[in-house]
Amino acid sequence: MSDASTRVKIAWLYGSRMNIYGDRGNVIALAQRARWRGIEPEVIDIGIGDSIPDDVDIFFFGGGQDQEQIAVSQDLAGDKGQALRAAIDNGAAMLAICGGYQLLGHEYRPYNAEPLPGIGVFDVVSEAGPERFIGNVVIDTDEWGTLVGFENHSGLTWLGESATPMGRVRVGRGNNGKDGTEGARYRNAVGCYLHGALLPKNPKLADWLLEAGLQRRHESGVALRSLGDAAERQAHESALMRAVQTR
Amino acid sequence: MTTKANGFGIDLRLSAALLVAKTTAAGIRVAGRGGGTSAPGLVAERVDPGLLHKLTSRLEHGVVMVAGTNGKTTTSRMVADLLEAAGMPPVHNRSGSNLVRGVVSAFAAQASLAGAPGGTVGVIEADEAALPQLLAMVAPRVVLLSNLFRDQLDRYGELDAIANRWRPALERLPSNTTVVVNADDPTLAAITSDIRAQVVRFGMNEANHRLDTLSHAADAANCRVCGADLAYHALYVSHLGDWYCPQCGYARPVLDFTGSDIELHGVESLDMCVREGETSTPIHVGVPGLYNAYNLLAAAAVGRAMGVEMPVIVGAMHAFRSAFGRIERVAYRGRTLTLALVKNPVGFNEVLRMLTAETGGLEVPTLIAINDLYADGRDVSWLWDVDFELLASGGGPLGATGIRGADMANRLKYAGIPEERLTRYPDDFESSLDAFVDTIPEGGAGYILPTYTAMLQIRKILADRGAVETFWKQ
Repeated sequence: MSDASTRVKIAWLYGSRMNIYGDRGNVIALAQRARWRGIEPEVIDIGIGDSIPDDVDIFFFGGGQDQEQIAVSQDLAGDKGQALRAAIDNGAAMLAICGGYQLLGHEYRPYNAEPLPGIGVFDVVSEAGPERFIGNVVIDTDEWGTLVGFENHSGLTWLGESATPMGRVRVGRGNNGKDGTEGARYRNAVGCYLHGALLPKNPKLADWLLEAGLQRRHESGVALRSLGDAAERQAHESALMRAVQTR
Repeated sequence: MTTKANGFGIDLRLSAALLVAKTTAAGIRVAGRGGGTSAPGLVAERVDPGLLHKLTSRLEHGVVMVAGTNGKTTTSRMVADLLEAAGMPPVHNRSGSNLVRGVVSAFAAQASLAGAPGGTVGVIEADEAALPQLLAMVAPRVVLLSNLFRDQLDRYGELDAIANRWRPALERLPSNTTVVVNADDPTLAAITSDIRAQVVRFGMNEANHRLDTLSHAADAANCRVCGADLAYHALYVSHLGDWYCPQCGYARPVLDFTGSDIELHGVESLDMCVREGETSTPIHVGVPGLYNAYNLLAAAAVGRAMGVEMPVIVGAMHAFRSAFGRIERVAYRGRTLTLALVKNPVGFNEVLRMLTAETGGLEVPTLIAINDLYADGRDVSWLWDVDFELLASGGGPLGATGIRGADMANRLKYAGIPEERLTRYPDDFESSLDAFVDTIPEGGAGYILPTYTAMLQIRKILADRGAVETFWKQ
C-alpha cells in the first residue's frame, strides 16, 4: 500500500485563467483522494511563460473564456506544447475539460477569426457552433462506468479517424450533438465537455487518473484502497436523476 | 391627472393592457400561486408593447436603473428608500423580479387604470441579461452599474459576453444620462471609460478590510487594454479593489465617491465614511458585511446624482431594513434563524466571510439548501468555486438539503469538514427544516443559506408555520 514516501505531483495548467464552472473541484478531488490514502499530493500551477516540469504525474487543464483561450493557445505553441505532448506520450495522466480539451486537439476554429492551434494530443478538431449546448449530461464508458456532468459549450468537436471517444452520450449532446460521442482519450489522457465538477461525483475516473499518475512515479504501481465513497455515490445518483428529469 | 397623463387624454391601449395585467395578477393571487410577479407583464406586453415606455416617461423625476451581479435588490431598495425620504415616491419592482416581464408587471401593478404611474420616480432593478433591452425601452436618468461577477453561467454565458452586450447599450446613452459605476470593478471601469453619458465613479479606499489574494471565484483579473494580469494596491471583495496594470499602466480611474473607515458589526450592521469631494460623511446602515458597504456606497452616489442631500441619505440609510431573504432574522420555535441568500461563488464567499469573521471558524449550526431550478442556475458546478474550506475550523454542525443537497454534502466532505459535523438532511424542506431546527438549542441561533428557489420554499414553509410574512405583502 502507501507510506509516507508515496507522493503524487499534480499540475494545474493555467489555473488562474482557465478555471470557469468550478473546474478546480477536479484538482481538489485528486488532491484529497490522494491525501485520504496517505499519499502526499503536491499541486503546482503552470501559468503563461512557465515551463513544464519533467516530474508531473497528473495534469489538469480546465476551460476558459475566449480571451484567455487565445493567450493559452499562443503559450502552448512551440516547445511548451511539445513538452506537454511528450509527457502524455510518456504516460502522464491528464484530464482536460472544455477549452483545455479543445486545445489538446489539432485546432479550434472560432466563428469569425483565425483558428487557434492546439497541440494534437487527440485526433480531434473543434469549431464554433451556432447553438449552445447547456444541461446535465450522462455518458456510458467502458472503463469508468457511467459518468455524470454538466455541459455548457457552443464549440463542436469532431473526432478524426484515429480518435477514441471517452464514451457514448446517454443524456445530453456531447462532442457535437450529432454522432453520439463525448470526449476523447489517448493513453492516460482524457478530454471532455463535462463540468460538474466531474471528478468528485465520478470517483472511479478520479482514481483511474491517480493510479495512472502513481504508476508513472512508482514503477511497481500503487494499489489504491477503497474509500467507501458514500457521499460521492449519492451526488452521482442525484445528478443522474436530475439529468433524466431535466433533459 | 388622468386626462393629462400623456397630454392626449386617456391612452386606451395602455389602459386595456393595464386592465389585463391587474386581472391576471388578481387571478394568480386568488389561486394562491405566489406573488404573481411575471405573468401579468407577459400578457400586458401583448396588448401594449409600449406600456413600460409610456409609464416611465410620465415619471416627473425620471428613472434610476440598477444593474450588476450581486446586491442589486438591496441597492435598489436603498435607492428607493432614500428617494422616498427626499419626497419622491418611487415606483419600483421591489420584489426583485427583474426580467423585462417582471418589471412590466411591477409597473403595471402600481399604475392606475388611466395610466398614472403611481409615483414620481422609477427604480428599476435590471437583470444582467435584460439590461440592454430595458435601456432601449426606458430612457433612464441614472444607470447604476455595481459589479460583474460570475453568476449562473448557464443563463448568461461568459462574463466577457455580458460586458460585450452591455457596452453598445451604454454607448447609446445620451449625454444627459448619468452612469454611476463601481470603478473598483476593472471590467465596468473599462466599458464606461469612453461613453457620451456623464460618468460618476465610486470605489473604496479602505485600510482594514483587505483580502490577501484573489479568491478562486474571482473573475476579470486581467487588463482590458493589454490583457496582462492586473495587480492591486488593495483588494476588497473578489476582484473589486484599487487595481492597476503593471504592463501598460491602465489603472483605476479617479473616484468621485470614496468609501473608507468601514466598521463591520457581525451579522447586524455596518458603518462607513462616504467622501464626496472634500466632504466626508459617516453613514450607518442595518445590513452587514463588506459587500453591503459597496451597496451603501453605490446607493449614496446614486442619491447624490438624483440631487438628494447627504443628510437625507444618512437618515434613510439609518432606517433601512434588509431586503427580503438577502439577510434576515426570523424567530421560529424559540430559536433565532438568520437566512442569507446564496446565489453565486462571490456572494457565498462573502456570506462565509461574515459568518466566520468573529471567531475565525463556524460555531453556529448551519443548513445549506441547494436547488438547481432555472432561477438558481441549473449547473451546480459553482459550489466548487466557493471557499467552504473556511468552515473546516470551528465546531458548528453543517447540514445539506435541497434538490442538490447530495452535491452540497459531497462538496463539504472535500472541503475537509469532519464527518461528525456533517448531516445530509432529506431533500425536501418540509422535513429537513424542522429536523435542522431540532439540533439548535432552545433560545439559540442557526444559519440557513439557501439558493433562490430554496429560499422561496423555506420562506413559505416558515410563513405557513407562523414565523414570517410572505414577501409580496411587503
